Amino acid sequence: MSSTSPVQRIADQAARPDPYPVYAELRRSPVIRDESGVHLVTTYWEIHDLLQDSRISSDARNLAPGANPLLAEEGEATLPPSFIRLDPPEHDRLRRLAMRPFGPPHSPRRIHDMHGELTAIVTDLLDGLAGRERFDVVDDFAYPLPVAVICRLLGVPTEDEPRFRVMVDGVVAGLNPAQPVEERRAAQHSRFELGQYLAELIEEHRRHPGEDMLSAWVTDEGPEGRMSLVEMVTNAVLLLIAGHETTVNLIANGVLTLLRHPDQLRRLREDPSTAPQLVEELLRYEPPVQFLPQRTTLTDLDVAGTVIPKGAPVWLLLASGNRDPRRFTDPDTFDPAREDNQHLGFGFGIHACFGAPLARLETQVALTELVSRLADPQLPEDPPPYRPSPVLRGPRHLEITGRLVA
Amino acid sequence: MMRDGRIVIVGASLAGLRAAEHLRDAGFVGSLTLVGDEAHEPYDRPPLSKQVLLGQVLPEHTALPRTREIDAEWRLGIAAAGLDRDRRRVQLVDGSEIEYDRLLIATGVRSRPWPNEAEAALEGVCVLRTRDDTARLGRLLARRPSRVLIIGAGFTGSEIASACRERGFAVTVAERGAAPLVGALGGVVGDVAAQLQREHGVDLRCGVMVTSLEGDAGGRLRRAHLSDGSALDADIAVVALGAVRNTRWLEGSGLAAGPRGVACDAGCRAFDVHGIVTDDVFAAGDVARTPHPLFGYQFLSLEHWGNAVAQAEIAAHNMISADSRRRPHLWTPSFWSAQFGVNIKSVGAPTMGEEIVVTQGSLADHRFAAAYGYQGRVIAAVGFDHGKWMGGYRRLIEQAAPFPPELPGRRGERPVPARFPDPALPSHGPTVTLTGHSPSEKRVVFTPARA
Ligand SMILES: Cc1cc2nc3c(=O)[nH]c(=O)nc-3n(C[C@H](O)[C@H](O)[C@H](O)COP(=O)(O)OP(=O)(O)OC[C@H]3O[C@@H](n4cnc5c(N)ncnc54)[C@H](O)[C@@H]3O)c2cc1C
Repeated sequence: MSSTSPVQRIADQAARPDPYPVYAELRRSPVIRDESGVHLVTTYWEIHDLLQDSRISSDARNLAPGANPLLAEEGEATLPPSFIRLDPPEHDRLRRLAMRPFGPPHSPRRIHDMHGELTAIVTDLLDGLAGRERFDVVDDFAYPLPVAVICRLLGVPTEDEPRFRVMVDGVVAGLNPAQPVEERRAAQHSRFELGQYLAELIEEHRRHPGEDMLSAWVTDEGPEGRMSLVEMVTNAVLLLIAGHETTVNLIANGVLTLLRHPDQLRRLREDPSTAPQLVEELLRYEPPVQFLPQRTTLTDLDVAGTVIPKGAPVWLLLASGNRDPRRFTDPDTFDPAREDNQHLGFGFGIHACFGAPLARLETQVALTELVSRLADPQLPEDPPPYRPSPVLRGPRHLEITGRLVA
Repeated sequence: MMRDGRIVIVGASLAGLRAAEHLRDAGFVGSLTLVGDEAHEPYDRPPLSKQVLLGQVLPEHTALPRTREIDAEWRLGIAAAGLDRDRRRVQLVDGSEIEYDRLLIATGVRSRPWPNEAEAALEGVCVLRTRDDTARLGRLLARRPSRVLIIGAGFTGSEIASACRERGFAVTVAERGAAPLVGALGGVVGDVAAQLQREHGVDLRCGVMVTSLEGDAGGRLRRAHLSDGSALDADIAVVALGAVRNTRWLEGSGLAAGPRGVACDAGCRAFDVHGIVTDDVFAAGDVARTPHPLFGYQFLSLEHWGNAVAQAEIAAHNMISADSRRRPHLWTPSFWSAQFGVNIKSVGAPTMGEEIVVTQGSLADHRFAAAYGYQGRVIAAVGFDHGKWMGGYRRLIEQAAPFPPELPGRRGERPVPARFPDPALPSHGPTVTLTGHSPSEKRVVFTPARA
């Protein structure tokens, strides 16, 4: 074992194409204390339990003073934290309000009903690629799809994509917890700019409401009233980013995994009804969110025999838990027929991924349509180049060759 | 493992279907027969008192999703009438018999009927357990009644009250206990449930009983009389007085089956009347009651959807497995309900709780989580719009964590008595029934069983 710290080993770009051997080594102990003071939780049941434990907080304000060299602190001239960085009851209220036009109980069919629309977007994208013998799955497919979807859902003009992409990239760069403080300051600034852009949009939707979520937030009044403008802005920033940055990776990881498992690719092509199970296995095997670096203990907490002191930063290594042999048999095997696949890919508990139904559906449709139209796909470069973030992990580019049939 | 032979499942609903699917999953290729007295293929009950009453889902659209093909012989619309264990035969009401090598009893429960038969027969008086019941109630509601009376404020009664209010009907709820849901969750939480009902315009009357129902000359319900001397005009009365276990067909079979269900070991094998375990008769779902180590090996009988699914799977597995490969059913009870805009979820056995402490949120906001304590440990928890935390509480229960649990950020909340009614008093009945006695209690009190 090398002498570098666990956090450095995870953050090391060289580990990006295959971080799993590092996780396997770290899993020898369910809790590992990094020299930076961060506690890493590596095993399935421990992560699973902590995700439903009210003694651990998502709010950075609960960090012990001086405890945290690795987390972006919320600067001053910036937006307040979004609900993923808050605890109940504020978290609950904001999440409920944000959810009203998106999912149950108030909009139970919203995502389900998007199936047709999604298929149309996917088909359009693939039509645009027809005849090409080589393309980049990320730039040409996995990125434009979720962007188009989240823009349509939220009510953000797709034409603005070049404009908000710069800001989104800035924010995402700051999600790398092992980065120097100045770079995370820059990310705060990007988030603020993105907020300003969305605030203008929200104002526009107030004047000309449409069928989208931003319009619903400004016009629709539930029993709990409405969000304030600042709350809408932080929620919009969160959903715009979370709504596509993760799905890009899920789709790209999916294509890569299928190309590495041609039998599974064939199975999906022959039986599209296996798509839901395949996507679940993908979420276990190559989850786009590798770990949650933003938890803090509210009290001294005994986790599998190790006491994590109050106020300590805690990272929950979801991707490691997903490969824990105490929970999954043959965890390093990609097996879409796996039973009882309760993975941690979407987290768990009150912060369980808000957009999970959408991400599932998008990826199911994307992968099914792609494999049904792609003949003889090959991977010229394996592994492909990866994005820098160890948290939101996925290929930066994924060149494939093959023939896309009409 | 037994791969061949004849398996008969009596009760073609949630537990019966899931057991059948699991048998096939596990590689059983023999003959499989499902007997059900309802004419419908298996359907889901929870939506009946929620989405279906609200008109969001049609009663006929509640079919249970199938997890696989089961290639079974279905005998629907016909009830089992008896069991001959010597000859290993199930007798049906039409006089025919079906032979088995293994039998699964999954006959569930039925609504406790209104005790006065003539009154129960009045048009407008109904219960809600089956799809047909719901369709009937739906037709009655379509005539826009001037008032709906709900007798009993357990989960089902409260959900019906909620749906009826949402549809704008005048609703009176009469409950013998001190508050809605007291039988299942105790008086502290019951008070919150009462506030919820009143805030949503329910005319809630607690501590009273409906003593009689009165009809007009055409045999239609017109009025109800209450034990406080008052009377109430209503055109619909939904009797929601809890459930009775469907074990009458087992009379004379020599099984330990009665009004409290079919007693089984932890492996779902039924006991006979001498307390000797059988090896070819199994039970699962609402009709079964099994000992549970977390609750002092008391026999638990649960009316919980998740329990029916989990227990069916264990029963199916054990039916065809060798002794050494059998698994115990040690599911931690868990139940949900939706009413008056609140999602209620409970884990563990609240009815066993002596004390309760609010651990998150507040009772006043109607959004909270609370833990129940029994002899210094956490025995159950309930969440109102706090369902996503319940997994954490389940772990506390499974670890027998000390009560009150140490959770940070709480100021001054102290445990208070959970206020469950004396179990010897009749009520609509909780959805978790503790039967038998705890080995740690050095006494045996005989409480006559109530049907
Ligand atoms: C209105 C309603 C709402 C509910 N809501 C919830 C909820 O929100 N959450 C939750 O956890 N649970 C809920 N439940 C409980 C849940 O539905 C039950 O726990 C579950 O249905 C139990 O399944 P089972 O297969 O054991 O029994 P049942 O579903 O009762 O099925 C038993 C079947 O056997 C049949 N049968 C009986 N006797 C015979 C015989 N002699 N011969 C042949 N067939 C026979 C019955 O007619 C029935 O079809 C609800 C129940 C109802 C009625």
